[in-house]
Amino acid sequence: MNTVCVVGASLAGLLTARALRAQGYAGRLVLVGEERHRPYDRPPLSKDFLRGAVGEADLALEGEGEELGIEWRLGVAATGLDAVARRVTLSDGTSIRADGIVIATGAAARELPGSRELAGVHTLRTLDDARALRGDLESAKRMVVIGGGFIGAEVAATARDLGLDVTLVESGTAPLAGVLGHSMAEAIATLHERRGVRLMRGAYVTELTGTERVDGVRLADGTHLPADVVVVGIGAIPNTSWLEGSGLELGDGVVCDEGGGTSVPGVVAVGDCAAWFDPAQGDHHRIEHWTGARQRAAVAAATLLSGGTARPEPARPAYFWSDQFDIKIQFIGHARHADSVTVEEGDLADHSFLAVYRQGDRPVAVLGVNQVRLFTRWRRHLETAPVQAG
Amino acid sequence: MIPACPLASLPRGEAFRLEADPPIAVFHTEDGEILAIDDTCTHQDASLADGWLEGCEIECPLHASRFDLRTGRVDAPPAKRPVRTHQVVVEDDVIYVVPSDEEPNLPPGVTLKGQA
Repeated sequence: MNTVCVVGASLAGLLTARALRAQGYAGRLVLVGEERHRPYDRPPLSKDFLRGAVGEADLALEGEGEELGIEWRLGVAATGLDAVARRVTLSDGTSIRADGIVIATGAAARELPGSRELAGVHTLRTLDDARALRGDLESAKRMVVIGGGFIGAEVAATARDLGLDVTLVESGTAPLAGVLGHSMAEAIATLHERRGVRLMRGAYVTELTGTERVDGVRLADGTHLPADVVVVGIGAIPNTSWLEGSGLELGDGVVCDEGGGTSVPGVVAVGDCAAWFDPAQGDHHRIEHWTGARQRAAVAAATLLSGGTARPEPARPAYFWSDQFDIKIQFIGHARHADSVTVEEGDLADHSFLAVYRQGDRPVAVLGVNQVRLFTRWRRHLETAPVQAG
Repeated sequence: MIPACPLASLPRGEAFRLEADPPIAVFHTEDGEILAIDDTCTHQDASLADGWLEGCEIECPLHASRFDLRTGRVDAPPAKRPVRTHQVVVEDDVIYVVPSDEEPNLPPGVTLKGQA
């Protein structure tokens, strides 16, 4: 293998490039990134970066003095792939022929129709998004956040800490209910309400109001929520449209085996754009958590370098974290497999507790809220005895 | 040399956080080695003594960067900088730490108490 092209210069792309080098690949390594920035860390964008507690230099993912011998092609997007010829075409009219291709193009924030025409409406996915939102927050007084997923809940908490009047519009029963289950999501919802975030549950947005600049959000029941700034956090769509017609199998993301191998030899996919086969769940699905991208980079590199013969280690249960206000939320496993959840330490009302989700007697997921040490013990327990499909 | 704790109070596989400035984490590995590093992850304020000890590596309890207890080296993001290592002396069944005189690599927003 003489040339490997990694398409996507974020966490998954950079770490796969690093893993290729660590696993002995010494050939040409080209890293293509649509954004002009060197790889940076996204989790702080909705928290410490938005708050101004960390700067752009702190977001860099590359180590100090790290030299991977990468040929950087930043500020150009991949526009097409000839999978058989293994040629990636780029937005500047050039193309790259490679023996191995890593697809790590991530996902893009889903938008509301009409939101692009109005100033003051934001999604939050990239550094440029975060810069723009931070700029708007300096003068804004009232914010409406649409969507109670991680981005929505984190931005609402950060903005509230900055002193804004914040309303969070959630279509379900509580923010994060999908991942935490209803009872634990309720505990987090209470936290938000106690800190002054107005929660609109079971609410649907029908319209963003305003002419040039947004001035509010209209709900299905007719309620109008005035706002100077609106953040739309309603999920992400995998960046795979450039792969249409390439011959690669696509579903909700690039369809991959359990090692990141795609339907075409010599092409692997990793990160938010990739739907790996999960033997424990018995299906293909995308994992949009940071840790998922990190753990899979080395596996994808091994798959590529071995021509698909490397046998990946069994996937670890999904782990994610979220910081909201001064609360550290950590979660591992899958709440949907559980038929019970019990608080084993602390108290929901104190916002310091550890809850274990069980299917029968078997722990299938653990939630830690400001219980870092204890959570680590439980995490070890679940990772060394992997969660199985129910 | 700072006294940390009695050897008997730190079983194998356990960590002790020494409230120095900045705090120091002392580890007793499963292989019986005693090693000390700065306790604060270089990425974000988290106590490495709360982390996951495996062999000679400690995984940060929040975001899973791993530090080598012997060299302080970090393996993967989000942390980018190493932690300092400190010399450990065991005398009369007490663990002592000889703090490094290098500058610590503290995460953004964390300062030495002496400089706060």
